[in-house]
Amino acid sequence: MSVPSQKGSRSPTRDRQTTLFWLYVAGKTPNSVQAIANLQSICQEYLRDRYKIEVVDMLQEPLRALSEGVLVTPTLVRLSPLPVRKILGDLSDRNAVLHVLGLEESPE
Amino acid sequence: MNRKRIAPQPQGLEKMPTGIDGFDEITGGGLPRNRTSLVIGGPGAGKTVFAMQTLVNGARRWNEPGIFVAFEENSRQIIANAASFGWDLETMEKEGRLFILDAHLSADDIKSGMFDLVGMLASIKAKSDEMGAKRIVFDSIDVLLTFLNDPVTERQEIYRLHEWLAQEGPTGIITIRLAGDNLLLSQHYGFIQFMADCVILLRHYLIERVSLRDLRVVKYRGSKFEENEFPLIIDSKGIDVTSFRSKETKGKVSNERVSSGIERLDTMLNGGFFRGSSVLITGAPGTAKSTLCAAFAEAACRRAEKTIYISFDESADELVRNMSSVNIHLAPHIESGVLYIYSENTESRSSEEHLMRIKKLISEQEPRCLVIDPLSVMIRAGGRISALGVAKELLGLTNANLITTVLSSLVEGGESMVETSGIAISTVTDTWLDLSFVAQGGERNRALSIIKSRGTRHSNQVRELILSDQGVTLTDVYTARGEVLMGSLRWARIRAEALEKELTRAEIERKRIDLELADAETLARMETLKRQLEAQRAELALLIAQQKVQEEAWSVGQKDLGEMRDADKEF
Repeated sequence: MSVPSQKGSRSPTRDRQTTLFWLYVAGKTPNSVQAIANLQSICQEYLRDRYKIEVVDMLQEPLRALSEGVLVTPTLVRLSPLPVRKILGDLSDRNAVLHVLGLEESPE
Repeated sequence: MNRKRIAPQPQGLEKMPTGIDGFDEITGGGLPRNRTSLVIGGPGAGKTVFAMQTLVNGARRWNEPGIFVAFEENSRQIIANAASFGWDLETMEKEGRLFILDAHLSADDIKSGMFDLVGMLASIKAKSDEMGAKRIVFDSIDVLLTFLNDPVTERQEIYRLHEWLAQEGPTGIITIRLAGDNLLLSQHYGFIQFMADCVILLRHYLIERVSLRDLRVVKYRGSKFEENEFPLIIDSKGIDVTSFRSKETKGKVSNERVSSGIERLDTMLNGGFFRGSSVLITGAPGTAKSTLCAAFAEAACRRAEKTIYISFDESADELVRNMSSVNIHLAPHIESGVLYIYSENTESRSSEEHLMRIKKLISEQEPRCLVIDPLSVMIRAGGRISALGVAKELLGLTNANLITTVLSSLVEGGESMVETSGIAISTVTDTWLDLSFVAQGGERNRALSIIKSRGTRHSNQVRELILSDQGVTLTDVYTARGEVLMGSLRWARIRAEALEKELTRAEIERKRIDLELADAETLARMETLKRQLEAQRAELALLIAQQKVQEEAWSVGQKDLGEMRDADKEF
């Protein structure tokens, strides 16, 4: 799974502008592949290089999701900036994603 | 891992016990192992408890770890309430015998596009492998479906879940909540039902304000099962199912006699009740039904026979106190453990619930004698099973275990033909004693009669039952001129008769003495006369002797004189 952005670190970023995402997927199932593509597209359009995505493959790390309360795949969690936001699905409803992430007004 | 593909053995597929006795009985061993079962029911029907209990029992009794996937918010609440069933889920989780996954899905979660359960199932699979889970519950799937909210996704994910269960091994239990009492499943549920190997329907409803639950196995692939509805209760230990199976009431027969606790009654019954038989005592309030019950119980305890006294009217303390006033002492037997008094004020329980409790008590205590005082409270409680059904079931059980059983039943005025009065029940009991009040001469007295007693030559006379601080006794009643007299009237009549007899006796005695006296007098007179006669005879004899002497004297004298005078012969 190649993701062009940096692998996220668990330490909180000092850059207030940087948005940190965890994206839970299940291997290469259609929904998961779709979600990664959709997220990258949104990020590139709205956040440029001010984002980090950590992709968590539940097939590889099955027990991690249990402790983090994630059930369905794909699930997107925005850890920062606060508040934490959670979106379920392949992120194909772009407007809903932008709305939740508060990005509607600033397309660049 | 592909255990499911193994062809069923000729004896049938392997079963996984739920540990819910009645259920395992109905299904001949439990749920189909390594397959998927559905538990369908309305709110409060007991789905979650059923599922959780199966996990807890599996972990505790058969060392089979389990996973509980809680979709429903309510199921978390039930987990919190589990302690009230005596389930220490926290400890079980720490020991790795149980894992509860809080999979509460909020409808408020924002959705964008398609999603699936692949990740979750992968996670659960990892957990399952880690702990070696043998049982897994998904509670409840309808919450998940509502959440998915798309017919295609729903079907797809149900398939996924089913396939996952089929492949991964643990025996699956999926619960589905139905809204309302409608048992017609929507298309979806029909589809789910089709996939499951075993489908269990739970119902919860009210009849005359009494809460009732029941369970029915709708489908069980590859296995025989009981198709009827079975009463289900939820009590302090969780779910219990009673398998009222139509057993043949071919009971055991004993010729041994067991004392009723009242000597005279034993005599009337030709030695007492038969061991393992059932006795019904009917009567109006206050006719001493409880006293008769207690007398029987005390006698049983004296023979050191374990006895259960189920008292619905009085608490154990009240019963002990009240009975001591008629010289029936139960307290020492409670202390020694021979007597177990179970008292409960249970207006809101159904008949089935009572019956199940009694069954439990019997299996726990293994009594030889049982008293239920009164049975009428229990069967009046309501429920689908008729009073007669309850009695039959109960007596079938006691008879099979040779438990001599005494049941009392309240009969109120004008109600004697109502089924619950005990009259109907009398048809299934072996002996029927009826207690009544007879009002006469301004007082009420208790009367006992044996209406029937199978296999026993018995007295058909009415006896008066007398309670005193000396105990319970039966007395003959006074029957004369076609009426039965009791109490003071009987006493008065007996006194009057005794007096009359006494007078007659005295009169005869007096006459006898008179006659004896007369006799003696006559005899005495006879004696006197005899003496007189003798005296007279003696006098007569003397007189004759004197006469003779005189005659002689005279003849001698004349001759002498003639010689002396030398009288010539020619004078």
